[in-house]
Amino acid sequence: MTTNPRVRDWTEAELDVPGELREVVRAPAAVLSAVGDVVDPTSPDVVRLAADLVATMRVSPGCVGLAAPQVGVGAKVFCVDVSEHPKTREHHGTFVLCNAEVVSGSRNEKAREGCMSVPDFTGDVKRPSRIVVRGQLPGTGEEVELEAEAFEARALQHEIDHCDGLLFLDRAAGAHAVYARKTYL
Amino acid sequence: MTLHAITVLGHDRPGIIAETTGRLAGLGLNLEDSTMTLLRGHFAMMLVCEGVVPDVDIEAALAPLTADGSLTVTVREVPAEAVAPASGTSWILSVHGGDRPGIVSAVVAVIAGVGGNITDLTTRLAGDLYLLVAEVDLPAGADVSALERDLVGVAGDLGIDVTLRAAETDEL
Repeated sequence: MTTNPRVRDWTEAELDVPGELREVVRAPAAVLSAVGDVVDPTSPDVVRLAADLVATMRVSPGCVGLAAPQVGVGAKVFCVDVSEHPKTREHHGTFVLCNAEVVSGSRNEKAREGCMSVPDFTGDVKRPSRIVVRGQLPGTGEEVELEAEAFEARALQHEIDHCDGLLFLDRAAGAHAVYARKTYL
Repeated sequence: MTLHAITVLGHDRPGIIAETTGRLAGLGLNLEDSTMTLLRGHFAMMLVCEGVVPDVDIEAALAPLTADGSLTVTVREVPAEAVAPASGTSWILSVHGGDRPGIVSAVVAVIAGVGGNITDLTTRLAGDLYLLVAEVDLPAGADVSALERDLVGVAGDLGIDVTLRAAETDEL
């Protein structure tokens, strides 16, 4: 797998606006179940949203990604940073994508997921562990395509699902694959 | 808040859940937690519902389910249980091997011996293959290596395989 240098070198400093903290909404908020709007990645509102997502992710314990619907905005924008996570292999550091989609995926693996917007449950979800994702960078609006694997691939798919109005609960691996959460971060 | 624990057991057929839950909804009861499965082909459902309705009225409403003798229904008011966040760790226990009496009791006794709490359990028998999968909470500070050794020892005596692995959650 090769990382995309443009994405890997991207940081929120490129946005050139200070990120502000936003409140994270929880299911059953309607915005979490709605397909997010396609956005103009160059618009000032989207740039501000991107900065706010990164800022909110940074202050949330254990958080490796945050999507716009999770802060109450029905838009296809999310941020990811898995660089500090022990399960991470290759990664792209911190980045934000707009209007992202999974182009291809392979090698399904099952893992138990948790989500800040569904704090009382965890659930087993099967997802491809190697994917290709296409999206646009906020600010410049450049189209980028990147390969991701392992934990970064899972995080990306979880966030892209949020932008499509899907929670991990929608992908539960079976009737007995959702669990009451026992420990909270 | 008044909670009722309800069980429905017996011969499986399409529509049992629809009829049961329809009758409970008709009484204004709110279904909270429930689980249902087939146990060797028998329908088995347990649920906890909330509502200020006497148990006898619920039994009466569900009586048509039991009229032909194919299903057994029980209704009992239960207290609310406070579930405190666990301070320990979560594990998945898998056991499989040739069927023989005493597998479950021998294995879960080891878990209980270290103060472990089983929060979900499934066992299945298919042909000669016996299978047990359980979600286990171990107390903080439990000696997991010693527990694994004890489990392997018991499994060896029974001629079965046992695996204990961490139920890790990916926080996303």
